[in-house]
Amino acid sequence: MRVRVRLFARLRDLAGAGELVRDLPEQATVQTVWNALTTEMPSLREYERTMSVAVNAEYSRMAAAVHDGDEVAFLPPVSGG
Amino acid sequence: MALVAVTADRLDLEALTAELVANAAGDGAVATFTGLVRDRNQGRTVRFLEYEAYEPLAVRALRRIVDEAGATWPDLRLGLHHRIGRLEIGEASIVIAAVSPHRADAFAACRYAIERVKQIVPIWKREHFEGGEVWLEGATADPDDEMARRAAQRVACA
Repeated sequence: MRVRVRLFARLRDLAGAGELVRDLPEQATVQTVWNALTTEMPSLREYERTMSVAVNAEYSRMAAAVHDGDEVAFLPPVSGG
Repeated sequence: MALVAVTADRLDLEALTAELVANAAGDGAVATFTGLVRDRNQGRTVRFLEYEAYEPLAVRALRRIVDEAGATWPDLRLGLHHRIGRLEIGEASIVIAAVSPHRADAFAACRYAIERVKQIVPIWKREHFEGGEVWLEGATADPDDEMARRAAQRVACA
């Protein structure tokens, strides 16, 4: 299956792109997506303990299942206001 | 006008307040908050800020803040508009208006709203300062973190 990955702020800068497409095995979770990304780009790992994740623009968890066509986002600590 | 918004346009607190007050049949209090781009931050001279949002989730998070405030202060009407893109020193990055029958709830809800924005809304600022630029990072966003929500409420009601 294929998912769209969104990265924001410094995570986007580290990856050099805000939007990526990745092919994953069936039964994948948000964690699977993150593992694929950090294998390619180890520098992203610094956010593992501080980031939030979202699936289809709803806050989610690393253990959540992802499905074909989903949008999975990784969000550094926020600084709005 | 939408009561919550993430927009690249200049913010208009008067219009947002007017929209809320138009539906406030005889309410007695309006409290507002405007956040401005400061010229100094952590000893640095700020040139300008760039705000970025995950827009669909940011709008949902703003709506969630309105819902939370409505559960705490039942007669409240709350609006929040956040700006994104490049903002110069002195420009408004966020405007919040809270309308209520009484001042205590209006003040508290307004403070609660800005505290929650800083906790759970997926918006980031990149500070361009004299000598460099840096992404600012605050809270790990987790709307289900009840400790954080209570902390915002304590500050609001102090």
